Amino acid sequence: MKLATEDKLFVGLIYIILAVLGFTALYPFWNAAVISFNSGADTMLGGITFWPRDFTLQNYEVVFKDKRLIDAFVISVLRTAAGTVTSIAATAIFAYGMTKRGLIGRRIYMIMCVITMYFGGGLIPSYLLIQELNLMNSFWVMVIPGIISVWNMIIFRTFFNGIPQGLEESAQIDGSSNWGIFFRIVLPLSGPVIATLALFTAVYHWNDWFTPSIYITNTDLLPIQTKLNQILNSNIMLEQMQNMDSAAQGRMNRMRSVTTKSLSMATMMVATVPILCIYPFVQKYFVKGVLIGSLKE
Amino acid sequence: MPQLSVKTAEQEYRKPNLLRRIGKQWDIQLMVVPALLFIIVFSYIPMYGVLMSFQDYSLFKGFMNSPWVGFKHFEMFFHAPEFWTVMRNTLVISLLKLGIGFPAPILLALMLNEIGGRVFKRLVQTISYLPHFLSWVIVSGFVISLLSTDNGSVNMLLQALNIIDEPVNFLAEPKYFWSILVATGVWKEIGFSSIVYLAAIAGINPHLYEAASIDGASRIRQMFTITIPSILPVIIVFSILAIGNLLNAGFDDILLLATNPGLREVSEVIDTYVYRVGVLNSRYSYATAAGLFKALISVALLAGANYLARKSGNSLW
Repeated sequence: MKLATEDKLFVGLIYIILAVLGFTALYPFWNAAVISFNSGADTMLGGITFWPRDFTLQNYEVVFKDKRLIDAFVISVLRTAAGTVTSIAATAIFAYGMTKRGLIGRRIYMIMCVITMYFGGGLIPSYLLIQELNLMNSFWVMVIPGIISVWNMIIFRTFFNGIPQGLEESAQIDGSSNWGIFFRIVLPLSGPVIATLALFTAVYHWNDWFTPSIYITNTDLLPIQTKLNQILNSNIMLEQMQNMDSAAQGRMNRMRSVTTKSLSMATMMVATVPILCIYPFVQKYFVKGVLIGSLKE
Repeated sequence: MPQLSVKTAEQEYRKPNLLRRIGKQWDIQLMVVPALLFIIVFSYIPMYGVLMSFQDYSLFKGFMNSPWVGFKHFEMFFHAPEFWTVMRNTLVISLLKLGIGFPAPILLALMLNEIGGRVFKRLVQTISYLPHFLSWVIVSGFVISLLSTDNGSVNMLLQALNIIDEPVNFLAEPKYFWSILVATGVWKEIGFSSIVYLAAIAGINPHLYEAASIDGASRIRQMFTITIPSILPVIIVFSILAIGNLLNAGFDDILLLATNPGLREVSEVIDTYVYRVGVLNSRYSYATAAGLFKALISVALLAGANYLARKSGNSLW
């Protein structure tokens, strides 16, 4: 089909707008990566945009030699693994139980769940609860409160309901218990939904910086995102000082601030790499996952 | 369906029967009861804990022994000097986010639908979904770096274009904060939010477009007469959900971008206020009262939104 002139203009304009948008979406990331590969002293001179001028791996060397950052990275990995595995397992079992028609109290249980989707105690009562439970300053404070997700339970339940009843019935006739059916029949058929929900849960755990920032004061237990936030804030403070101080003081601070800048960019890249690594593989899953989620809405 | 509430004598008589029947299906109950206990502890106990906004709660006395004071903390909140600032910021920021952040992904989806180049389209999609998966800490790091007075890209660009002479410290000036906040939010979520609209567009019958182009309708016309009306139901449902979220002006983004105390005047919203007075200053009862006030308005908004939804035939529940 041939395009009319008006249409050609229209589509051309859209190409231009989308190219600009794509550039805008990528540039902040690209620029941060470039700064992380550029020497800190050179970045200070300005003009670093698309390409490193004085390429160096020093920033990364410092990051990887900093034991505190590596520890924080390990904490993040452990937290993400523990949080995702426990949450997906517990929520899937819960959801499977909720699909059973004969379950006594099912309606009341469901109402109990749905209420929590609209009402909550808010920050302070939850905060005091964590204190009461002695979870403050513990690794598990980042894992336990998130184990059961009502939202994921409902998505799991919808998916399990779509599994043909006949499969379960025949297993039952063969003498399988309900738990046996869950592990041997239902779980192996649920790959896509598990992948989708595990992805979203893992991303949440990897990215969450707030929970540890209020519940954990022991700096050895902080995950990378929270640690990174502290680093970035110290950077801002230095930059603010530099604006106020006298010229000589300012130059000294500037040296430090710029080094902090390139270092924090390198740390940011390190904290982002795991997401970038899994991103291409899961893209097809998350598009599906968004659609399951929005159908529920 | 047997009821769990036991009130009359007759039901009392049935109780052992019910227990026996529950005992018979202990394996299924074992799947759900631990999870429900978990929900009771982590969701219902905090809901009950909201009552402490009517107390002078103190950590030493505990919930049981703290004195009840009625609406004292609510009155204090309403009369606090920062009350109107906090309310204004909450409303302005969330309305800006709604007004700009809500249509942006729809526009992106409409534009992506118009282009034919598959590779280019996939590229734009892949790039624009990515920021959704980055943490707010990273995103705020990007913003701080780009806007930095110390050779940040934005200052460099504006200086090169001779728009400004001296670097502007964007993140220290209250007048820029709302724009930065909204732009960052759009940047982070525009691609990911467009997925639903793209899916809705993909479901439109292609014959409609064929018929329209035979009739000589231009692409722009087709967009307005076919694409937009076809995805309107999806737009309506999502706009209703957005209304229910109206008071969620933001939290992570505001805490991370407004680190400069000079911005408090334009950045403090109810959620960040609750965090600051509650967690940082330990004024538990007062902060809970402010949080409860927000929750009540949110529920009212959601109910109102659902009423509108029911009228349009798209009820949420």
